[in-house]
Amino acid sequence: MASASDPVRARSANRLGLVMQDYKGLESTLCAGCGHDAVTSQIIRAFFEYGVEPHRVVKLSGIGCSSKTPAYFLSRSHGFNAVHGRMPSVASGAVLANRHLIPVGVSGDGDTASIGIGQFVHLLRRNIPMIYVVENNGVYGLTKGQFSATADLGSKLKTGVVNDLPPIDLCALAIELGCGYVARSFAGDPKQLVALLQGALAHRGTALLDVISPCVTFNNHEGSTKSYKYAKETEELLHEISFIPFYEPISVDYEAGVSQVVEMHDGSHIRLRKVDRDYDPTNRTSALRAVHETDTREEFLTGLLFVDPRKPDFVELLGMHDDPLATMPEELARPRRQALEEIMESLR
Amino acid sequence: MNSTRTEAAGQTETRAPQRDVVNDFSIQVATVNGSGSQSANNVLMRAIFQMGIPVSGKNLFPSNIAGLPTWFTIRASRDGFIARKAEVDFVVALNPQTAREDLDSVRSGGALLAEAALGLKDRRSDISFYEVPFSKLAAEAVTEVKLRKLIANMVYVGVMAELLSIDVAEVEGAIRKQFRSKSKAAEINIRAMNAGRDYARSNLVKSDPFRVERMDRTRGMIIIDGNSAAALGAMFGGCTVVTWYPITPSTSLVEQMMEYMKRYRIDPRTGKPTYAIVQAEDELAAIGMVIGAGWAGARAMTSTSGPGISLMSEFVGLSYFAEVPAVIWDVQRVGPSTGLPTRTSQGDVLSSYYLSHGDTKHIALIPATVEECFRFAQEAFNLAERFQTTVFCLSDLDLGMNNWMSESFAYPDDIPYDRGKVLSAEQLGSLERFSRYLDVDGDGIPYRTLPGTNHAAAPYFTRGSGHNESAEYSERPRDYTALMDRLARKIDNARDFVPPPIIQGGGSAEIGILAYGTTHHAIEECRAQLRAEQGIETDYMRIRALPFSPEVPGFLAGHERVYVIEQNRDGQLRAILSSEYPEHSMRLRSVLHYDGIPIDARFITRAVTEQEQEVK
Repeated sequence: MASASDPVRARSANRLGLVMQDYKGLESTLCAGCGHDAVTSQIIRAFFEYGVEPHRVVKLSGIGCSSKTPAYFLSRSHGFNAVHGRMPSVASGAVLANRHLIPVGVSGDGDTASIGIGQFVHLLRRNIPMIYVVENNGVYGLTKGQFSATADLGSKLKTGVVNDLPPIDLCALAIELGCGYVARSFAGDPKQLVALLQGALAHRGTALLDVISPCVTFNNHEGSTKSYKYAKETEELLHEISFIPFYEPISVDYEAGVSQVVEMHDGSHIRLRKVDRDYDPTNRTSALRAVHETDTREEFLTGLLFVDPRKPDFVELLGMHDDPLATMPEELARPRRQALEEIMESLR
Repeated sequence: MNSTRTEAAGQTETRAPQRDVVNDFSIQVATVNGSGSQSANNVLMRAIFQMGIPVSGKNLFPSNIAGLPTWFTIRASRDGFIARKAEVDFVVALNPQTAREDLDSVRSGGALLAEAALGLKDRRSDISFYEVPFSKLAAEAVTEVKLRKLIANMVYVGVMAELLSIDVAEVEGAIRKQFRSKSKAAEINIRAMNAGRDYARSNLVKSDPFRVERMDRTRGMIIIDGNSAAALGAMFGGCTVVTWYPITPSTSLVEQMMEYMKRYRIDPRTGKPTYAIVQAEDELAAIGMVIGAGWAGARAMTSTSGPGISLMSEFVGLSYFAEVPAVIWDVQRVGPSTGLPTRTSQGDVLSSYYLSHGDTKHIALIPATVEECFRFAQEAFNLAERFQTTVFCLSDLDLGMNNWMSESFAYPDDIPYDRGKVLSAEQLGSLERFSRYLDVDGDGIPYRTLPGTNHAAAPYFTRGSGHNESAEYSERPRDYTALMDRLARKIDNARDFVPPPIIQGGGSAEIGILAYGTTHHAIEECRAQLRAEQGIETDYMRIRALPFSPEVPGFLAGHERVYVIEQNRDGQLRAILSSEYPEHSMRLRSVLHYDGIPIDARFITRAVTEQEQEVK
C-alpha cells in the first residue's frame, strides 16, 4: 500500500495506492520475443491503471504456452492452472462460489478453439462475468508446432506442411453466441490492448479478447499468417479506442460524428475514434459482416467489434445471493430442525 | 419353451388347500411404461406400509419414456426383510406384450390377477387365477378419455386391496398422499380404485393364501428413495453449489434437491437462495465447476453415474493432486457406455477408488440405506473439506431410485459443520508465513486460503503441474516424491475418519461375510437362511467406506473363509482387499451377482452353501 513516507511511490501509485510493481508476477519462462509476454505486460498495465484490487482477482488458465502466463502477472492474486480446455468451467465454479471475484482467464487457440471449444461456447452462452483472453498464434507451441483450429487455410508449418482446414474465427463465433463484449487486438499494439482490457474490466458478463500473438519459434516465418510481419501489414484498425474510467469526467474532447462513446455498466466509458468507416459496435449483424469481410481478405479487423453492456450476466440470471456462497454462515446453509421434521412428516 | 412349461403345469394335480400366508409375500405388477403405473404401484406399497407391515418396492423399468414393459415388485415381510425376493407369489398382468412371460413367472401355488382381455385364464392350473376387465372398469369409472388410460392401473389396486384384505381407508390415504395437492386427481383415482374393489367383491372368489394383517412395525417410519435422501442430506449438510448433467439413475437426486432447496434454503432476510444449482453442458463441465467452486470455498457437489465418472477422471486427478475439495455422487448402473442404464450395479468401486491418471486414491463412502444416504451426504462435505480432496458417494440404482422404508431421519446434531483448514485474513496476520502445501500438523493435510481473502500472504498458485510446499512450479524429483508421499499419508489418515464398518455376529463363526451397499439387505436375510436351513453360522462385516477402516484386516484375519458378496462381475472390492491385505487374500471368496437386477438372499445362500460343500 502507498505510504506517505514514500513520496516517489505515492506519485506513481494508482487510486488504491498501489504501484505497477504490485501487479507484476514471476519472470516469464516463454521464448524471448513471444507475443504472450507483450499481452502479459498490458494486463499488468490495464489492471494497475484501472485500480483493480488484486485480492479480488482470480487468474485462471488451461494448458499451453498462453496458459502459463497467469504466473507472470498479479502475484497478489490467487491463480489456477486447470486442465486443458476446461478453464471456463473452473472459472464458472469460482464465480458461483464467490460472485465478488474478478476472474481473468488466459487461454490459447488450441486450448479454446480445439479441446476447449465446448466449454468456451457454453461460457459465452451463460455470460459468466469474466475476462477471457485468447492468445492466438495458430499453433501448438508446447508440443512444438502443430496446427491449431485457428490456423489459416493454406498457412505453412516450418516443416512445409500446409493447413487444409478453414480456421475458426473466435470473434465471429462469440458475436453469434451473443457475447456482450467481443474484441480483437494484436500483441504488438499495446495502446489498443490496454484500452480493450480496461473496457473488459468495466464490462459485466463475459468479455472476449482475441489477441493475435505471434509465436516467434514455430509460427513467425514467411508462410505464416500469424507472424509479426503479416499481422502488422494486414491489421485493419476499426477505430482508435480509449478508455475513460468511471472516476474521471467524460466530457474531454468529444467530437460528434467522429467518435462513438459506449457507457459501461460501472459508469466508465469507452470512446472509439473511427478510422475509416462507419462502424457501429452495438449492431450484431453489421459486426458479423465486418468480421467475415476482413476474414475473406485475410486481414485482421482489430478493435471493439461488438458490445452490449445491458445483457444480464449469469449471476443476475441466477438471482444469486449478494454474499458469497463460499462463506455462507452455517445458520443460513443448514436448515433448522423444524424443516427436517416437516419433511419427515410428509414422508410418513 | 413356454408351451412345455404350461403342459407340465397342466399335468399337476389340483392344488391342495393351503394355509394362509400372512404378511409374507411378493407381488409383481407388469404394466407398460408411461401408463401411470408408478403411482398405482406406490399407492399399493404405501397402503401395506400404513398397515404397519414392513414392505419394499422395486421398479424394473426400461430406458424408455412410454410404451415398453415395466415391472414393479412389492414385498411384504413380517420379518422385516426388504431385499428383493426372487420368487414371485402374486403377479398382476396388465401388459399384453409380456403376458406369457408374466404367467410363467408366478411360482407354483401362487396367484395371478390378469386383464381379462389377455385371455390367460386356465393356462396354468397350479396357481390361483383372477380375471378382471380393467380397461372396461376404468372406462366406466372415469368419463374423461384422457384420464382413463392413466387411472386404469388404480383399478388393479382396488382389486388387490380386496383380495389381500388391505384396509380401504389406508388405500385412500395412500392415494391422497400420492396426489397431495391435486385433490381432483385424488378423487378420480379413488373412484377407479373403488371400481376395482367393488368388482372384486361381487365377482371374484378368493382362492389364494395371501393376505395382510395389521402389524405395528412401521410406526413413525418414512418411505423415501435414496436419491431424495441424498438430496436432503446435501441440503442439511450446507451444500452451496451443485453442478450436474442429467444421467439415469442420478438425475432425480439433483431434481429433488431443487425442490427441497427452493423451499428450505432461501435467506429469509433477503429472499435470495443460499445456493446455486447449474445444469452443465456435460460431465466435464459439471466436475470443472465443482472444482472451481470448491477451490473458491463453496461446498460443491455433482451427481452422476458410471459414464459421467469416466468423463470426470482427469479433473478428479487434479482435485487429488492440487488438493481441492469436491463431492461426487455416483448412482451406479450397469455399463459400459449406455450399458443397461436402468439397471443396478456395483461396478464403479474399483474405478472410483483409483480414478484418474498417475497415482491416485480417493475417499469413497458407500451407503446401504436411505438413512446413510442422508448422513453420508453431509459427512462427504466434511471429509472433502477436511482432506481437501474428492470424496465419492457410491450409491446405486436400487438404492437411489427405489422407495425404501426407514426410521425417520434424526436431525444431524452429531454431524459438525467442518470447513477444514482454511485460513482467514486475520489468522494469516498472526502467522509467520503461509505455505500452501506445507504439512504443518503432521497429518498430511496442509492449510489453504480462499480466493478473495484480503491479505498479502493469502494468494497462491494452484496447478496440476509439479509443485513444492510453497505452491511454486517445480520439477525437482525430491519435491515430487515428497508431495506424492504426503498425499498418500493424507489419504491413509482418512481411514480413521470415514464411517467404520458395521460388524454383526459374535466373531466366533468359521466363515465371514463381507458386503457393502445395497447387498446388505439380502445379506441379512441370507444369514437367517444359512442358519435355519444349513446350520451355518456367519459373522458379517459391512464395509461403509474406502480407504478401509482399521477394523477390516482384523475381521479378515479372524475368519477361515470370507465371502465377499458383490454386484459386479470381477469382484472389485475383493481386488482392493487382496491388494491392500495380500496376507489375507487366500481367505477371500467371491459371490458375484451382475444381471442388473438387485441381488436376492436366495442367490447368496445357494452360492455360499455350494462353496461350503466344496470345502467340506
